[in-house]
Amino acid sequence: MIQVISLLVENKPGALMRITGVLTARGYNIESLTVARTLDPELSHMTIAVDVDPALRGLVIKQMIKLINVLQASDLTDSRAVVREMVLMRVKAPADKRTAILKEAEIFGARVIDSSVEGFALEATGDPEKLDEFVDIMRSYGEFEATRSGVVAMSLEGKKPRLSAPVPTRGGAEKLETNTGVING
Amino acid sequence: MSSLMSGARMLLECLVREGAECIFGYPGGVTLPFYDALYDHPMRHVLVRHEENACFAAQGYAIATGKVGVCCATSGPGATNLITGMVNAMMDSTPVVALTGQVATKLIGSDAFQEADTFGITRSCTKHNYLVKNLADLPQVIHEAFYIAGTGRPGPVLVDVPKDVFQGQARYSPVSAIHLRGYKVPAEGHTGQVRRAAQMIWEAQRPMVYAGGGIVSSGASAELRQLVELVDIPAVCTLMGLGAIPGDHANFISMPGMHGSYAANMGLTQTDLIIALGVRFDDRVTGRLSSFAPHARVIHVDIDPSEIGKNRVPELPIVGDVRRVLEKLNKVLAGTAPAMAGANAEARKAWRDQIRRWQQEHPLAPVVSEAEIKPQHVVSEIDRLSGGKAIVASDVGQHQMWSAQFIRFSEPRLWINSGGLGSMGFGLPAAIGAQFARPDRLVFAVVGDGGFQMSIPELATLVNYGLPVKVVIMNNGYLGMVRQWQELFFANRTCAVQLDGFPDVEKLAAAYGFKGRTIDKPQELAPALREAVDEAGPYLLNVRVCPTENVFPMVPAGSAINEMVLAPPRPVPVPK
Repeated sequence: MIQVISLLVENKPGALMRITGVLTARGYNIESLTVARTLDPELSHMTIAVDVDPALRGLVIKQMIKLINVLQASDLTDSRAVVREMVLMRVKAPADKRTAILKEAEIFGARVIDSSVEGFALEATGDPEKLDEFVDIMRSYGEFEATRSGVVAMSLEGKKPRLSAPVPTRGGAEKLETNTGVING
Repeated sequence: MSSLMSGARMLLECLVREGAECIFGYPGGVTLPFYDALYDHPMRHVLVRHEENACFAAQGYAIATGKVGVCCATSGPGATNLITGMVNAMMDSTPVVALTGQVATKLIGSDAFQEADTFGITRSCTKHNYLVKNLADLPQVIHEAFYIAGTGRPGPVLVDVPKDVFQGQARYSPVSAIHLRGYKVPAEGHTGQVRRAAQMIWEAQRPMVYAGGGIVSSGASAELRQLVELVDIPAVCTLMGLGAIPGDHANFISMPGMHGSYAANMGLTQTDLIIALGVRFDDRVTGRLSSFAPHARVIHVDIDPSEIGKNRVPELPIVGDVRRVLEKLNKVLAGTAPAMAGANAEARKAWRDQIRRWQQEHPLAPVVSEAEIKPQHVVSEIDRLSGGKAIVASDVGQHQMWSAQFIRFSEPRLWINSGGLGSMGFGLPAAIGAQFARPDRLVFAVVGDGGFQMSIPELATLVNYGLPVKVVIMNNGYLGMVRQWQELFFANRTCAVQLDGFPDVEKLAAAYGFKGRTIDKPQELAPALREAVDEAGPYLLNVRVCPTENVFPMVPAGSAINEMVLAPPRPVPVPK
């Protein structure tokens, strides 16, 4: 079963590797992964779709929360959330099929972003399953190429991440010894 | 006030501020600037003979003191040699900061000499890791590393420092605070849950405490003792938790699990309430998980939320520092005792009697022979000599299990071993780290002939620093634990387990410049150990033990823990 995980993470080197490491260490295959900065440039939002053993879904989330760079991780699979994906495609469209293709595109709310003698470039966003159908239909028109963004998801239940406060470092007042001669020489 | 300072020097200042006393390390090309700064710096550097042992020694130090251990290695091979040590620290939740050199920032990714992707390689074997690309970040990172390593569930943190960062010059102003927004350290535990725990404890008729390494890490021994005495609950301590309750305490049974005692395993099977404190329901403890403690409700206290429900789903989870949770719990129990203690007192007394009967039926008693030295005899002599006060650093294998069964520790932080990872070669370097941490204590390194041969180079470190570690080799000429499994589960087809060519220990020790001796008669054992302990410096005692002895009781892998094999299978007589 595909689990949709939404994460708020610090924009630090290695953060992505740590998060995917929780999944790859168990041999899970990631279906899709999207990352982008949030309004706060130090943070990123990440959505992962992954095929996880249902019994381990909770554990995977807990192990992600445990990572130092992860501020929030939630399982959106069964919760109220919007899940969207974008697809870009090129469809070969000979003169006799152009109207039909445009009609189909309209039904799925796709936009034409390029048009040429050979065919169209289309852009559509929506529910991943809806996009599957759109892709199937377009493929039936012949030569076809598509690239998908992977899902982005957002919970409809606003949950503020609980963040830790700064902590003082140790021994702030400690005097450092100097000129003690050769110690380790 | 700030002054211009090199990155290497800055790193040392941060270590001093963190209270680090010594670094176990091994130098190399890219750490040259760091070692140059060490030359006249008060920080003590201990030169080991292999980077893996630097990491193990740092863990011996950390376990003996409760402080963060520090090790360092150069880039490439130096860093990769730390890996086993890092995984070991990860598995046993030991606080370690590992410093590694890296090639200069402009060379990273160019397959430069002694370059390895240390940051990438160590991602999965550290609690957290850093690659410091700017000198300005270095002080902050070092303080973060110590904070992460030593708080919450402790663990290893690696900081990879490129050569040019060591060499760079900058103004140093001490960092006063660090801010890790996503790092939460759970503290005292939910009050309502603690109250419910107290209620469950009073309701239980056959309660049992299952305590582990978390008790040691959080310093909760006194609180644990208070708990078991307050309600008179029998307790088992895991391999990592030995010493959490004094080994001779009336409520302490033994270690549970694969090589636990009959009473411990029967107790866990029959109990109606497990109070799990700082443990992770490891497979070596639970045996076949589906049959583990079938009648028990479980209270699970752990600082790491991801441990709760991982193997056994508890009826009552409490996330928190086990010491602070126990403080609260004990208060509630003491407060409710007048009203509640009577209810199941009879049943609890019967339960304690039942456990005592199990202990009498199949006691954990060392096998001793007149004809040959039994390995159990060796560890019980060590137990007698140390009186529960000595530090025992063990390697991995049969001798480790016997030590865990028969050496009674009067306090925590005396028993040092590689539990989760089980990495051979741990014992001697860990003993070195522990002896640095506690120069006043008698330190034994109890090792097998296999693990000893993995750590022989560190004999030089003993001599180098005049460390009076007593190395006791339980020499059966075999990789005993592997042989035991081959005998029992692979139709006695012993393969690649015979360790021939063991050196003459007297000559070996003499070659390093200290005393060594081989014994093989039971009468020699006590005097030889005495001689080793009385020796001012290090001592290498090679004990030729019975080569065929196996560890019992034993729960075969995949069995329930009440399905113990209590004694060696009797030989089947061959019909004439």
